[in-house]
Amino acid sequence: MNTQAIKVIYKYEMMRAWETLAQSFASPVISTVLYFVVFGTAIGSRIESVDGVSYGAFIVPGLMMLALLTQSIANASFGIYLPKFTGTIYEILSAPISFVEIVIGYVGAAATKSFIIGLIILFTAGLFVPLEIAHPIWMLSFLILTCISFSLFGFIIGLWASNFEKLQLIPLLVVTPLVFLGGSFYSVSMLPPAWQTVTLFNPVVYLISGFRWSFFEVADVSVGLSLAMILVFLCICLIIVWWMFKTGYRLRQ
Amino acid sequence: MQPIVSISNLSKTYASGFQALKEVNLDIQPGEILALLGPNGAGKTTLISIICGIVNASSGSVTVGGHNIDTDYRITRSMIGLVPQELTLGAFEKVWNTVSFSRGLFGKKPNSDYLQKLLKDLSLWDKKDSMLMALSGGMKRRVLIGKALAHEPMILFLDEPTAGVDVELRKDMWALVQRLRESGVTIILTTHYIEEAEAIADRVGVINKGELLLVDDKQALMHKLGKRQLVIELEAELTNLPEALAPWSLESSEEGAQLIYTYDPHKTNTGINGLLQAVSEAGLLIKDVNTTKTSLEEIFVSLVNTK
Repeated sequence: MNTQAIKVIYKYEMMRAWETLAQSFASPVISTVLYFVVFGTAIGSRIESVDGVSYGAFIVPGLMMLALLTQSIANASFGIYLPKFTGTIYEILSAPISFVEIVIGYVGAAATKSFIIGLIILFTAGLFVPLEIAHPIWMLSFLILTCISFSLFGFIIGLWASNFEKLQLIPLLVVTPLVFLGGSFYSVSMLPPAWQTVTLFNPVVYLISGFRWSFFEVADVSVGLSLAMILVFLCICLIIVWWMFKTGYRLRQ
Repeated sequence: MQPIVSISNLSKTYASGFQALKEVNLDIQPGEILALLGPNGAGKTTLISIICGIVNASSGSVTVGGHNIDTDYRITRSMIGLVPQELTLGAFEKVWNTVSFSRGLFGKKPNSDYLQKLLKDLSLWDKKDSMLMALSGGMKRRVLIGKALAHEPMILFLDEPTAGVDVELRKDMWALVQRLRESGVTIILTTHYIEEAEAIADRVGVINKGELLLVDDKQALMHKLGKRQLVIELEAELTNLPEALAPWSLESSEEGAQLIYTYDPHKTNTGINGLLQAVSEAGLLIKDVNTTKTSLEEIFVSLVNTK
């Protein structure tokens, strides 16, 4: 394994984040805090509790997921799209590295950035509402798995995108609506029965439900199912990335 | 001697249906400078892109140092350095960082002594902490060479290294190529500047419309295909060529003031003596005589046009 290559790709991607600190870390944290203030404070003051959890605390896992998903996708897709756009991808393609090493370098860095953002948001939320994490190990596991899975998904988007518009297309038109409708700000049980069934087709529901369970032991679907869904998503992404590198799809013409 | 790069029946057809390479066969010897000459769109970049792993071949095979580029890609790619045609560099990186990145990417441990020497050789040492976007075009080109050499490759591909480069830098680049060759690096460069191939290459390959028309030693090529011309400048313009001069198949130019005789300098009887005698007997007064050698450019144009 070419560990030197993984190291330099990872380091390069992390350096890019530190050099644009405001954009990489401050911006997602501020926007999440704004959501928190608007939903948690303004609306939360009119909703006493959901499933026995104060509304302010209830939305924390959902808001973290919202930030994690969008940031993981944005970081990873931009990380690989940028060298494609500038043409510097030639160096990656001509280097003695396998797709596994490329993925570990790029996706690892994107997931690390999202993980840091998640922790900052968690810490910031703790300043607004009292937070207790019932299952910290599970919480960290869900956090890490989500960061990796959605960074992989973002990596696929970055490989697929042939222009900046396409780079934004899936995050804006697919991911954001799925997160908003995936129970970030409400419990699925609050919906009419017909919509509860429709919601179950939204994969993000499983992510948020599992993550929320690790905090409050309150879930819309079983934890095992949530975990299985993340792992299935992770596997699908891995297979797609493997296929893209094997066939050279949009990479090696 | 075993070739360092061996290309067999290599073809490439892009998804658009464009056939960029047609059954190319080529052996490159260790330590040589091979110039691949061809017009734009001839297939030069596609050929080196396949060898370097950037483009997948449609059929055929390539070995580098005896290793297949698909199955032993880790070995073959670590032997190769590539300088692309375009100035493809990030904007916000520093020279030192980007060269160190390239070295690591090819699996080499950091070696600041080597990189320092490399940047000094490329006259980039005083720019090591400069942002890439602040560099001139010529310096960016040198950074690309630095990146390609950062992992100490045995083979260097230079894709049109002097395209859009001023004369002084072009000469610097040629000197650099010679120095690299002296250090044992095999160099393959693509160019559409004939003078470049003529100045620095050991062998020349001519490629056009995806076909490798010929590969030969530069001197042998010029010897084989090179013709000489004898230009006889006359005192007075000729309206009709005298019958006695017909056997020499002369061309006339400058409205009959010049007679041009094309001959093979390697023949024992070039026909020059007889021609000069016939001109004199025809009563034509000679103002000046000179000979010209066919350049590689003329050889190239005639090859590309005839095939």
